[in-house]
Amino acid sequence: MNLFDYVRPASVAEAVAAGSQPGAAYLAAGTNLIDLMKGGALRPGRLVDVTRLPGLDRIETLSDGGMRIGAMVRNADLARDPRFAAAYPAVAEALLSGASPQLRNVASVGGNLMQHTRCAYFHDAASACNRREAGSGCDARGGENRNHAILGWSDACIATHPSDFCVPLVALDAIVEIEGPDGHRDVRMEDFHRLPGDTPEHETALRPGELVTALRLPPADNYSAHARYLKLRERTSFAFAIVSAAAMLRIEGGVIWSARLALGGVAAKPWRARAAENLLVGEAPTAEAFGRAADAALTEAMPSGDNAYKIELAKRVLKCALLLAADGTPRRMPALPASVFNSDTGCHTHA
Amino acid sequence: MPLSISLVVNGVRKDVVLEDPRVTLLDLLRERVGLTGTKKGCDRGQCGACTVLVDGRRINACLALADQLDGANVLTIEGLAQDDRLDPVQAAFIAHDGFQCGFCTPGQIMSAVGLIREGEAGDDVERIREGMSGNLCRCGAYAGIIEAVRDAQKHLVHSTDEDRRVA
Repeated sequence: MNLFDYVRPASVAEAVAAGSQPGAAYLAAGTNLIDLMKGGALRPGRLVDVTRLPGLDRIETLSDGGMRIGAMVRNADLARDPRFAAAYPAVAEALLSGASPQLRNVASVGGNLMQHTRCAYFHDAASACNRREAGSGCDARGGENRNHAILGWSDACIATHPSDFCVPLVALDAIVEIEGPDGHRDVRMEDFHRLPGDTPEHETALRPGELVTALRLPPADNYSAHARYLKLRERTSFAFAIVSAAAMLRIEGGVIWSARLALGGVAAKPWRARAAENLLVGEAPTAEAFGRAADAALTEAMPSGDNAYKIELAKRVLKCALLLAADGTPRRMPALPASVFNSDTGCHTHA
Repeated sequence: MPLSISLVVNGVRKDVVLEDPRVTLLDLLRERVGLTGTKKGCDRGQCGACTVLVDGRRINACLALADQLDGANVLTIEGLAQDDRLDPVQAAFIAHDGFQCGFCTPGQIMSAVGLIREGEAGDDVERIREGMSGNLCRCGAYAGIIEAVRDAQKHLVHSTDEDRRVA
């Protein structure tokens, strides 16, 4: 790990001033940043510790019925908050399907949004990676790329965004609150992570010195009865998604009134599937309708390497998530959150 | 610039001057405080061998910068037994052969203590397995580990009930 200056500011304003200096990085729990620094992939000259900034650790209910989550709320605390888990069950399930209990006890909301891709070539300082070092090339293109992107990738970068949490957030139209040198602004979750294009080094919409301070979620009562997150991975626990899907349905009188769908593990950002959502409106919640929606969600998908299998897999995972959502949100969080191996959630785990 | 921090480790206050900000909680425990029970496995948050409780919650000590933990209350494997009496989780690991080489065991036991305190797994083997998924065991002693956690959990729930009745 490189040597760095450690600073612990007392306010958001002080943090932004310190974080706006060249070479500075914000440090939350460090579960991603310290790991990347140990491997030499990132070498910030100054770490600005934001874990003790006042007011960033609150979970609040808003007057419109939505919720506001401070950027330093820990993943485990958010998933266990009874109001939050009841209002946004697919988000709680996504949180509990990510990382390990030890990591969830410290990893923060803001840090989850800011985590980097798990592309091995980004992590390996000896490899070429346009995302880590602009213009250096992309060793993933000719390398081990079976888990890489199938949507929204470019010749410059085929990495995926690793978050589970962000997938249902995109489907729910969450808003990211940001403080920076030019003051406060809001960015839609859907616009927060960027597709690579020619500039994969710009991973998010944040400008230099900007800090995520909170997340706002609109009310989602209409979806809480039929909300699931499903995550396919190479082992049942403590693994990143190969493909994941958040599916939320508003079903009344046997008809789907509206749907919220997003895919994880398929692109450099959590992928909202609006065309599929629209197809479901007015349909009965059947396997056939869900299959058509899943096909629609992947029409633009293209393999970026040895990963054509992920296109079919993503369709099946999305269809399966829709079937589970139609069955209803489980009364208790499944023993294996977001897993296809759950025996206590009923049926349909083979789409 | 050196930073002075103060921690409570296993009930004892430790004042430490950190000349280098790169020191993790794991390195501080092993090399500065002299408590080598907490193990360094992967040093990257993947194996769980360095699991300790910080302010009552289980975390990976290898990914926590010591700088950030000024004022924290840390419990390591050395702080678990009361005099010569093993903690019920330690006793259950012995009773159920929850280890072979023993390298991952301090982390397994501290993770189990955290899991039982979280109170969500109960007697459900599937939930215990999922709750212990942040701790790897290369010897593959998982069957004994899960039985040990299950047994200790029952014992602790029972003794908490007893305490309540006495109170």
